[in-house]
Amino acid sequence: MSTVARFSEAQEDGRRVLRFAGDLTLPRLGPLPQRLDRLKGRDFVLDISEVGRMDTIGAWLLHRTARERGGEIIGADAGAASLLRQVGEADKPIKVRPDPPPPLLRVMDQIGTATVLAGRTMLGLLGFFGAMLISLWQVALHPRRFRLNAVVQRFEVVGVHAFGIIGLMSLLVGIVIAQQGAVELRQFGAEVFTINLIGRAAVKELGVLMTAIMVAGRSGSSFAAEIGSMKLAEEVDAMRTIGVSPLEALVLPRVIATVAMMPLLAFYAAILAIVGGGLFCWVSLEIPPITFIQRTREVVPLTDLWELLIKAPVFGLIIAMAGCFQGMQVESNAEEVGLRTTTAVVQAIFLVIVLDAFFAVFFTSLGWT
Amino acid sequence: MTETPAARDEDRDIVIRVRGLTNRFGEQLVHEDLELDVRRGEIYGVVGGSGTGKSVLMRSIIGLQRPEEGEIDVFGVPMLSASERELQAVRKRWGILFQGAALFSTLTVAENVEVPLREFYPRLSERLLDEIAAYKIVMVGLSPEAGPKYPAELSGGMRKRAGIARALALDPELLFLDEPTAGLDPIGAAAFDNLVVELRDRLGLTVFLITHDLDTLYTICDRVAVLADRKVVAVGTIPELLALDHPWIQEYFRGPRGRAAEEAVEEAEARAEAAEAAEGGAEG
Repeated sequence: MSTVARFSEAQEDGRRVLRFAGDLTLPRLGPLPQRLDRLKGRDFVLDISEVGRMDTIGAWLLHRTARERGGEIIGADAGAASLLRQVGEADKPIKVRPDPPPPLLRVMDQIGTATVLAGRTMLGLLGFFGAMLISLWQVALHPRRFRLNAVVQRFEVVGVHAFGIIGLMSLLVGIVIAQQGAVELRQFGAEVFTINLIGRAAVKELGVLMTAIMVAGRSGSSFAAEIGSMKLAEEVDAMRTIGVSPLEALVLPRVIATVAMMPLLAFYAAILAIVGGGLFCWVSLEIPPITFIQRTREVVPLTDLWELLIKAPVFGLIIAMAGCFQGMQVESNAEEVGLRTTTAVVQAIFLVIVLDAFFAVFFTSLGWT
Repeated sequence: MTETPAARDEDRDIVIRVRGLTNRFGEQLVHEDLELDVRRGEIYGVVGGSGTGKSVLMRSIIGLQRPEEGEIDVFGVPMLSASERELQAVRKRWGILFQGAALFSTLTVAENVEVPLREFYPRLSERLLDEIAAYKIVMVGLSPEAGPKYPAELSGGMRKRAGIARALALDPELLFLDEPTAGLDPIGAAAFDNLVVELRDRLGLTVFLITHDLDTLYTICDRVAVLADRKVVAVGTIPELLALDHPWIQEYFRGPRGRAAEEAVEEAEARAEAAEAAEGGAEG
């Protein structure tokens, strides 16, 4: 005999009797709940004297049917009765999900929250910058507290380890710019101006911007994640209680290292972009390297290099600060670390591009064209 | 509730049987030729110093850690050689509470309880799912307001209860608890102990319990296995363990904390007896 739960209907003494049989357990329920739901009418007698095994879910089905349809359960042995009593005691209305707020209210709530959050972040970033300057000043007053080892270690992580990826990226970008530029310029018979395009674009904008994006992705994110996990593990609190300033020990080395490494990386990126463009010119446009170098020296003014060297450390400062600031904001759980890391990268890249636009206007009005 | 283990019990069905289990992480040998048997309907406690591989043992049994050698049978199914279908059938019959409760953080408590039901029984209707989640939540002693809350909004003790509710979702026969009372205040821990005993008595569960909590060991465990020297060095009721001459066991149970727990249990028993006697006297 199969043990799948089932029931049959009968009419006895003017009442409808549902006779259950089989095992009223979760694996054996089959279509029984649906069949029960489809039943019409009230005041059933639920006869479970022929039921084999029963679990709380079977008991719940019986209990619910009896409660909603004004039924009566008969034929329960001691075990079944105890199960029925338990689910009966546990029968309380519980919401599964929080009630969704009305749509209009929700939109307004979200806009409001986002505005407040944006304002707080900007203020927080400003405050963080101030706190960092203060601790920089204090380190300047007590040079012994300067953590040279930590800074040098960061040099390696932020700078040296990034050489490969930034070099490859810049080389490829140089080739692509040269190739795309040459296609357009060929229409005017001005292929030779490809050299101007590569030289100026690489030094003035691409080198520093691409490097900033790469450093934000590599180092800004890792700063946020590192400091964030340290905050979660209460390491930052432990530092404070021992008298070590987290700003001095965690933030300053990272910021100093990034500020110092960015110009070097950006310069290196610009040079490799020029090399990539030069390779393309040599192979595809048949401009010999000597000519390419000579022409590059003629068309790229020194002010382009100054621009790069001025912008790069500022971008480095922004990237490192966004990373450390977001890391320090982590409060509660591991999920937040991921969220803050993403925010750090997005914020850093956004601020870098906005500042780059300001720099462009500023240098143009200086006459550095 | 305690049952005296004796030789005649050997033919009772064994829910978990482990033989010759060896676990190794690199050079470090965690378990060597470990054996244990968990009987149906008992609360089986596992104790051991830090780093003796209690959690690794549980992870091996539930199949999250593949041991180097050994046999593990759960409900008579050889876990290491069973097919995915057989394993899935075993997974329907157990519930697991991890140390940190491991609730899914993007789901509410009630939705968490529904996850195993949805996974194993996709034909259940939404309404029945919600109802099952609701009574399970009440059964583990959570307040009805906890249902629509997210795990991050709950306290540690509530999270553990929600974890148990999820572990109980499928009405399992076997419940694994990894340090259920760690991080709870004494009141919460005592309530949790009561809950485990109550669930065992009502639903006929077998409980595999890893703990450091001496009170838990004294009050609810039927048998306790001591993990030391890479194997189970002793199994038995606490009085039986106390009679043994193993240095670690003596230090563990006879230390100041062990004695305090023992006294607390004796005191509670004495009080219960006194109350019973008083009641009898009043009636007579």
